[in-house]
Amino acid sequence: MTDTYIWTIIIVSGIGTYLIRFSFLGLIGGKNLPDWALRHLRYTAVAVLPGLVAPLVLWPPATNGEVDPARLTAALVTFGVGLATRNVIAAIVLGGATFFGMTWLMGAY
Amino acid sequence: MSGATQKSNYWIGFRAGLPFLLVMIPFGLLFGVVATEAGFTTVQTIAFSSVVFAGAAQFAALQLMADNTPVLIVVATALAVNLRMAMYSASLAVWLGEAPLWKRALIAYLNVDQSYAVSMNRYEDEPDLTLSQRIAFFFGAVTPVCPMWIIATALGIWVGDAIPSWMALDFAVPICFLAIIAPMMRTLAHMVSAVTSIILALLFAGLPYNLGLLIAAACAMMVGAQIEVWIRKKAAK
Repeated sequence: MTDTYIWTIIIVSGIGTYLIRFSFLGLIGGKNLPDWALRHLRYTAVAVLPGLVAPLVLWPPATNGEVDPARLTAALVTFGVGLATRNVIAAIVLGGATFFGMTWLMGAY
Repeated sequence: MSGATQKSNYWIGFRAGLPFLLVMIPFGLLFGVVATEAGFTTVQTIAFSSVVFAGAAQFAALQLMADNTPVLIVVATALAVNLRMAMYSASLAVWLGEAPLWKRALIAYLNVDQSYAVSMNRYEDEPDLTLSQRIAFFFGAVTPVCPMWIIATALGIWVGDAIPSWMALDFAVPICFLAIIAPMMRTLAHMVSAVTSIILALLFAGLPYNLGLLIAAACAMMVGAQIEVWIRKKAAK
C-alpha cells in the first residue's frame, strides 16, 4: 500500500461520507425525499454488510480460505444471539467464547 | 428558564449515549490494531477515524485495501456502506432542519448510527421539545460516543503489538460486524435482503476488484425494497 493510495481513499471517502450525512440536513430538507428512495435507503446497511462478512466467515484468509468449523460456528452463534437478544455486546461475548472454546476443543493450543 | 431545560436535555442525551461506549471502545481499539497491522502509519489511522468517522465503512475499506483493490471500488464500497446515513440525514432534517447552517453542518459530521437512533427515539417520544432542546439532546448524546471513537483508535495503535496471535484478531472484525447486523433484521424484508447479499457475494466472489460485493449489495437493496412493497400490498388487501 502506497501513501498516495491510503491518503486518496481517506480523503475521498471522508468527503463523500460527509456529503451523504449533510445531504438532506444541509440542502433539501427531509420531507421532499420520494418514498421509493427512502425505501431503498432503508436496506443499504443490510445489503452491504452481510455480503462483506460472508466470504470472511466461510473462507477465512487466516486459514488460507479453508472452511474452519470454529469460525463458522462462532459466526452462527454471534448472529443467533444478536438476533434473539438484540444485544450487540452479548453477541460479541458469546461468539468470541464459542470461537475460543471450539479452537481449544479441536486441540489447536 | 429555557437555559435550564436546555442543559437538562443535554444531560438526558449524554446518559442516553453512554451505553454505546461498550461497543464503540472495543470497535475503535480493533480498528487501530487492524489498520496498523495493514501498514497504516499512526497519522493515517487517526486521520481515517476522524475524517471518515464511520466504523463499518472504515473496516470495509480496510478489508478491500488489504487486497490492493482499486481506489474507485474501495471508495464506492465505503460510500455504499454509508448510504444509510442519507436516510438518517433526511429524517433528522424533519426535526432539526430549522437550525442554523453551522449547527446543521456540525450535526451532519456527528450523525452516526448511535446518535441518530437515540435522537429519533427522543424526538418521536417528545414531539413538543423546542428546537434548541432537540439540538441540546443531540449534542449530549454524541459527547460520550464520538470523541471516544478517535481515542479508542489511538489506543488500538498503541496496544496493537501487545495482542498475542492466538487471539485471532482477524476474526474479531467479522464477529463485530455480525453482532451489529443481527439487530438490524427488523422485518422479513431486511432478512431477505441480507440473505440475497450473502448468496450473491459468495457467488460473485471471484469477480475482479471485489466488484462482486457492489453487485450483491445493489441487488440486495432492490430486493429488500421490493419485498417491503409486496408485504404492504398484501396487508392492504
